[in-house]
Amino acid sequence: MTDYNFAYLDEQTKRMIRRAILKALAIPGYQVPFASREMPMPYGWGTGGVQVMAATLVPEDTLKVIDQGADDTTNAVSIRSFFERTAGVAVTEATAEATVIQTRHRIPETPLTEGQILVYQVPIPEPLRFLEPRETETRKMHALEEYGLMHVKLYEDIARHGTIATAYAYPVKVEGRYVMDPSPIPKFDNPKLDSAAIQLFGAGREQRIYALPPHTRVVSLDFEDHPFDPSRADHPCALCGATDSYLDEVITDDAGTRMFLCSDTDYCAGRQAAGHMGAAQAGAA
Amino acid sequence: MDAASLTGGLRDPARDGARAFRAAMEVMARPGTIATLDHAAPPAPLSAAAGTLLLVLCDPDTPVWLAGACETGAVRDWLAFHTGAPVVAGPGDCAFAVGRWDALTPLDAYPAGTPEYPDRSATLIVELDRLLPGGTVLEGPGIAVQAALPLPDPAAFAANAARFPLGVDTFFTSGTHVAALPRSTKVLV
Repeated sequence: MTDYNFAYLDEQTKRMIRRAILKALAIPGYQVPFASREMPMPYGWGTGGVQVMAATLVPEDTLKVIDQGADDTTNAVSIRSFFERTAGVAVTEATAEATVIQTRHRIPETPLTEGQILVYQVPIPEPLRFLEPRETETRKMHALEEYGLMHVKLYEDIARHGTIATAYAYPVKVEGRYVMDPSPIPKFDNPKLDSAAIQLFGAGREQRIYALPPHTRVVSLDFEDHPFDPSRADHPCALCGATDSYLDEVITDDAGTRMFLCSDTDYCAGRQAAGHMGAAQAGAA
Repeated sequence: MDAASLTGGLRDPARDGARAFRAAMEVMARPGTIATLDHAAPPAPLSAAAGTLLLVLCDPDTPVWLAGACETGAVRDWLAFHTGAPVVAGPGDCAFAVGRWDALTPLDAYPAGTPEYPDRSATLIVELDRLLPGGTVLEGPGIAVQAALPLPDPAAFAANAARFPLGVDTFFTSGTHVAALPRSTKVLV
């Protein structure tokens, strides 16, 4: 497709986004404002991640896109073909082969390595937004490192439910300074935020970019007597038998029969190809 | 403006710009690593790496300060033609500054951001005689255990890091080599 500039965006827009990415990497966890553009897809489809991706891609990249862990859902397929057409990059579904991965709300199970880049789509970048709706106030709270409200929220969870009930978009503290929303990844994925890869977060509608350089210290907020627990459904994957992956619960009939499957389709397919088998496979065999 | 100012830009602005930014991003995300940037051919005394950074990051939105010997007619014309960036007279209101270390110092003369907007800060491009691995020991985000860079004045950069989240971010260039030191890096002096 020669009618578009490389990676769709014009050069001046990419420079603006690139400057924001550099400042975001220099101040880990701080949300850098940027002049988000309209993209040829609706807000909520990952316009922030797509813009960060457009400013980051090089022609030699191999791209992987996942939507809730899956490579074959609508959002993943359309974003992958968007960059295949406008940037001419190679695409893959294998985590280990990708140089750049765009993700919607999961971190791949296969550990990321030096040289890989993970780009997150972020709906609401401000972790304090549901506690304090005014941007002027949340900005001041970040400036003053005033995060007491977030701890009160987690404490109220414990008072009401006995445990911290936040299961996704679980807030983290970055290098002991900024409280950050890791995007709506399940809290199961929070320990993986401490990664060898560069992690970039783009929020298109909210016009914010933030970042985690490799090996950045990321701590999930908790209390001494209620330590952080990256919980997981108490089942093995029905297809590959994995006991260490994040699972989706799938209802299979009207009688309430259900099965648990790996949310990361590449990880699950890789295990099945290596001969691992879950209960559903063993029953069919 | 003579015809030489019209040459020396990126051969393929979109793709070379992407490759050059990727190298700049990698060194900013991993302080201590050294990458190659040779996509531009700027007029002397600018190095290829410094010239490439200016072309990739500067445009009419970013005031640039050409410090000391970098302030020549040829550099001004080249920058004006290729980026359209306004050239400012001092460090006080620049977004980017380029020059040798003695012309750029002191670091507290630059915009360091505000507590609400720490990103509204300058980025320095410091030209060094040589950029080899080793030197002052560094720790912090982007570094697995420890890294090292030949900093011209470790104490000044340690003071800059102590202002976190305020502060300036720095690229070091020499010939076609580039490294970076974000404000988040702890400088062990």
